[in-house]
Formats: sequence, C-alpha cells, structure tokens
Amino acid sequence: MTRLNALPPGASARVLELRGSEGMRRRLLDLGLTRGARVECLYASPWGDPTAYLVRGAVVALRGEEAGGVLLL
Amino acid sequence: MGLSASSVGLGAADLGRQIEKKRPDDLVVALAGNPNVGKSTVFNALTGLRQHTGNWPGKTVGSAQGRLEREGRGIVLVDLPGTYSLMAQSAEEEAARDFLCFGGADAAVVVCDATCLERNLNLVLQTLEIMDRVVVLVNLLDEAERKGLHIDLGKLQVSLGVPVVGASARRGEGLEECMRAVLGLCRAKSSPSPLRVRYGDGLEKALAAVQGRLGPTKLSSRWVALRLLEGDQALLEKLEDFEKSPLRLRLGPALDREKRRLEGLALREHLVERIYATAEGLCAACLRSDKAGYDARQLRADRFFTNRYTGTAVMLLLLAGVFYLTIVGANVPSELLSRGLLFVEGWLEGLLLGLGAPAWLRGLVVDGGFRVLAWVVSVMLPPMAIFFPLFTLLEDVGYLPRVAFNLDRCFQRCCACGKQAVTMCMGFGCNAAGIVGCRIIGSPRERLIAILTNNFVPCNGRFPTLIALLSMVFVGAASGGAASLLAALLLTGLILLGIGATFLSSKLLSKTVLKGVPSSFALELPPFRRPQIGKVLLRSVLDRTLFVLGRAAAVAAPAGLVIWTLANVQAGGLSLLDHCTAVLDPFARLLGLDGVILMAFVLGLPANEIVVPLILMGYLSTGTLVELESLASLKTLLVANGWTMCTALCTMLFSLFHWPCSTALWTMYKETGSLRWTLLGFALPTAFGMAACALTAGIFRLL
Repeated sequence: MTRLNALPPGASARVLELRGSEGMRRRLLDLGLTRGARVECLYASPWGDPTAYLVRGAVVALRGEEAGGVLLL
Repeated sequence: MGLSASSVGLGAADLGRQIEKKRPDDLVVALAGNPNVGKSTVFNALTGLRQHTGNWPGKTVGSAQGRLEREGRGIVLVDLPGTYSLMAQSAEEEAARDFLCFGGADAAVVVCDATCLERNLNLVLQTLEIMDRVVVLVNLLDEAERKGLHIDLGKLQVSLGVPVVGASARRGEGLEECMRAVLGLCRAKSSPSPLRVRYGDGLEKALAAVQGRLGPTKLSSRWVALRLLEGDQALLEKLEDFEKSPLRLRLGPALDREKRRLEGLALREHLVERIYATAEGLCAACLRSDKAGYDARQLRADRFFTNRYTGTAVMLLLLAGVFYLTIVGANVPSELLSRGLLFVEGWLEGLLLGLGAPAWLRGLVVDGGFRVLAWVVSVMLPPMAIFFPLFTLLEDVGYLPRVAFNLDRCFQRCCACGKQAVTMCMGFGCNAAGIVGCRIIGSPRERLIAILTNNFVPCNGRFPTLIALLSMVFVGAASGGAASLLAALLLTGLILLGIGATFLSSKLLSKTVLKGVPSSFALELPPFRRPQIGKVLLRSVLDRTLFVLGRAAAVAAPAGLVIWTLANVQAGGLSLLDHCTAVLDPFARLLGLDGVILMAFVLGLPANEIVVPLILMGYLSTGTLVELESLASLKTLLVANGWTMCTALCTMLFSLFHWPCSTALWTMYKETGSLRWTLLGFALPTAFGMAACALTAGIFRLL
C-alpha cells in the first residue's frame, strides 16, 4: 500500500484513508485530504522534508510524518 | 511582520465579546474565511482602517473591528482570524466559531479564494450550518481568471441559497456590492434557506430524532443536534449556557440511544467527508477550468526558491542584499538628518537662553533629552525607512512561507516548528510583533519555544547599533561601496550567528523544560503575487516606521533626561553615574565590556535604540552627548575610553544576545500568561550573551 510520503514529485493519487493521531487526522481533513480526494506531489524542500502537495487547488507543505499518515489508493 | 500598534499589544488585539456599536441599531457583521484569502484587504478597504496585510497564512493574529456606514445604516465589521474549519481544533478556530455562534452577529461574510474554491466552500458550508444570513464573497477573481478558472457565480448563488458576490479586493472591486447584499439580507423579513449538507441516512435519522426532542433553540437546531451527537464537552457547556437549558440532561437517554446507534461511524471524518463531497458537487457544477493541473510558471518559481542550492543561495543573498541596501541607502539621509537636528538644537538652545532658563535646565533639555532623541531619530529613521519597505515587499510577494518551508527540516531536528522561521522574520522588524506572531504555531510547546527564542534575531532597534559599530570598527579603512558591502556581509554573519543560537536554544529547550516530539507543520504555500509597491511603501513607512520610531522617541527623551541627571548630580566628589558604573565595572570587564556599556544596556531596557547614545553620554565628563558628525569622531571617543577590538566585538555580541526590551517582555508575559516563562525568556538570551562575551573576552586575553 502506498503512502503519501512515498509519492514522487510530479505523481498524483487519490486518498484512501487517514492514519495517525486524532489531531493530525483532523488537520489533514480540514485541508481537504478526505477519502477520494486527489493529491499531487509538487516538490520537496531543500533537505527532502517537508514536501509540497497540491490539494484541492492549494499548495500545502506536509512533513514526512504527516504525509505518512495518508494512505493512497 | 504584522507590526502595528495592535500587534504589539498596545491596542485591541484579542477577540473580545465587546462589540463597539456607535448606535444601538448598528449591524454586526462577521468577516470569516480561510487564512490568506484577503480578508484583511477586504476589511481595510471597507473600514478605511489599516490592519496589516501580507501574503502568508495566519498573519491576522488577533481580530479587529471597524465601523462603516452604508445606506444610512451603521455596520460594525469584525475581522475573525483565518480558519479552515469551525470544528475548533485551534484557538483561532474556537474564537471564530464562538463569535459566529454566540457573538451576536447579524450576518456573516465568508471570504473565499476563487483559486481554490473547493476547500473554501468547506468553511462556507460549515458557516451556513450555524447561521442563515451569510454572504459569500468570492475574492481573487482576477487571479483565478489568469489561472484559467471561470466561476459561474449566479449558479453558485442558486445552489448555495445565499447571495454570492465576486470580488478582486486588492483592486477594490466587488466590495460595495457585497455590503449591499449584506444590507439586503438584514433588511429582508425572512432569512434565506441555504443549502444543507446531507449526511447520509443513518446520521440524518439520528439528527431528526435529536432535533425533534430539542424543541426550539436560539441557534440552528440542526447544528445543535449535530454537536450534541458529536459530544464536544467544552462546546456543549458554552452552548447550554447560551441556550439557558441543560440540553444534555434534558435529552439524556434519547441522546445516548442515538449515539449508540452511530457507534462505529468515525463521526468527525464522516462529517468532513460529506461536507467536502458537497463542495465537490458545487464546484463540478459551477467551476470551469481551461488549464489542467498546477500553474507551470508558479511551479518553476517555487522549485527555484525551494531548491537545495538555488533556494538556499537566494535566502542568503536576500538577507545580505536587504542589509546592503539598508546600509548604503541610510548613509546620506542619516547625515542630512543629523545636520538638520543640530540646527534645531542651536535654535532650541537660543530659545531657552532667550527665555532666561537656568544653565541646569538648558543642560537637561538640550544636552540630555534632545540629543539622545536626535541620535535616535537620525541613526534609526533612515535604516528603518529602507528596511521596512524592502521587507514588506518580500512579505507581500509571498516569500516568507517559502523560508519556513526551506528551514523546517532544521527546526524539526530541534523538535520545533518551521513556522518559527516566519516569526523570526517578524522579529527582524520588532521582537514584540514576532512574539505575537507565534500564534500561527499550533502546538503550545513549539509556540513557547518560538516565543522564548524570538529575541535571538535582532530587531530594528538593534540593527543601527550593530551597523554603526560594524562600520566604525571593522570597516573604517575601506571606502564607499566596499565599506557598505563589507558591513552588510558582517551583519549577515552576525544574523546567522543569531539564527544558529536560535536553533541551539530551541534544541536545548526541547530537551529540557519543553520536552516533546515535533508535531505537525501543515503550512499552506500561497502563490507568489505581484507586490503592490505603492501601497507597500506607504504602509510600511507610515504604519511601521513611524510607529516604531515614535515608540523609541517616547523612551529616548526621558532616558536622556535620566542619564543627564545621573551624570550631573554629584555625591562624594563623583557623579551618580560614576558610582553606578563603578559598581558594574568589575563584572562588565569579565564580559569584555565596561561599566558604562553594561549600564547603558540596563538603562536601555525600555528600548534598545538608546543603548549607543547612553554609552556615549556615559563617557563624556560633561555628561552630554557630543555632536557626532561622523563615525570617525565616534571612534576617537570610544578609543579614548579604552575600547579595543575585543570591546567592540563583545558589545555587538551583547547587543545581539541580551534581555528582551520591556515591550517584548510585556508581550511575552501577555502571550504566555506566565511570569515563569517570561523570566526564562529574559534569562535565556542573557545567559547566552554573557557566555558568548566571556568566552570572546577570554580568547582575546589569551592572544
């Protein structure tokens, strides 16, 4: 099963479900990472973490740990 | 760098329930929206106030209110903090939700970003659950058009069931129409019946059952029923208080039965999913996009600014470049101002003589108060008037979130949050503003780290001190442009030292008193926007520069009076100042300083700007500040008083690392609500500075 932090720049996928702590899941949900939402990996920061993703038209930077809680279809 | 009277706690900062109506029939309208959608721009344009705006999410930290009149009706506009949701996970969301629920707003305007409508509709739909009188303001339409996004506003209005107005707030378009829509809603006899998100059969049944038993409520009964099912205790207590009814007790077993029936359903996730599904449906019907995918130019720019090599190089170049321009640009106006003020001084002296004022009064006013004030104005004003606009431009373009993005990894290593980088950038302007800005950091632990370490970046009050000392001691030999460049590079080095100290102390804090693991980052990177140069210049000079200068001047004059008095009142053959410095001297020598310098830092607690003038005054037997036309004469004076390379270096280090000024301390106390943390915020940089100075002095002694 792929996780969002394994998605390479330029690739996109749909969200299957969220894992991780309650607080983190809620934050991701509010940003629009709900089941079925399309996410595209745009670019990584200078030291590889965090990474910028395109979610529902907005660019959101997530740390590897956060992105690791997003399982992809 | 939200620097203004309100952001450093001198005005109304927090979202109080106090709504200032001028007339009893004034309408109260809440302004809600996601972070960075242009809410403050809308607010400013409508109220004529000058809330700070900038291209980064979370910059409006408090909330402001302003009054306007349209069609003979007064409207109090309340600018709520930017939030993605109203489900209250952060203090901002709670404040926004509580105001919409219990704040007595007659209507709300939800500002949306047309370029990411789907996510913005999440907040719109949540707001519509709480109240019916809502106007949806779709902002940044111009930007959306450029991105090839076309929104059918009419269709959206029909689907949502509330007025939808398109706007480009930066150009002032659509705002009057929005206010007309608000007035129309408030005048209408019946409120609109907006779109309701359907939550699926199971939940709808439970909702209907709870709603049926609730009976009439002040707030929307559907919303109350949802929250009862959700069971957020803190909210329910407020809700029961507001409704003046023990809802949970009243519903008791029925509520439990419905809750049991929903067991197994991750309710929060289900709610958000359904809301987003509804938003998706709306966008599918009302939004047409010509270009697929993310804007290629933005992506190229983003990659350039966040690349390991180019991104880092640009960061350093910008830092050094801003300082270079500041130093070069400030030279000439500084000299002109200094000459002008000297002229004023002569005139003031003449005036006092003409009035027959005694010598001590002339000394007190002219040599004490006026000279310190003149120094502060001539040395501070030019660099600030250059630095602030340059920095505001970077902010307006949207560069600051990229800095946070680039540096987050380093902060993560220190178990802190990358958004701390943004608060440090604000600290360059004013540490008090930086400390307030720490509200953008969600985790309380990481926020405290950011607050306690903000003082490690030198604020605008300390730049001129550093620049003056650098130019004088290290660059004296070089000439013109080369000198300025060298000074800028050295200053950049000092700043990097401060940044290094921030990392070190952040790490230290997270390993000791603020133990914990790094939490989340989740920062939105807004698109780069063309800066509004004219507005930036006007705003940064009028609001920031003059504000900071005014504050410094207000402190400088009285401080000048105090030190003049200390220097001129004798006791036992020595002046009071000499007595004080004699006490401090042995300790100060350990730090590579002397009694006068340390004394100046102590007396400079109200404002760092006055440290150098106080040092100079301390050195002069007459107890007055010499006329300093050039840095060369300043150097002569300092050398005559035993300054060496070591003294200069230690003074700079101590200026970089010592206690925060009184405004910053007070802000720290207000933000943490704790005397203990404030004391730590005082002790941490002080200890750091003393260690650094003692070490430097030790090394020089060995050499």
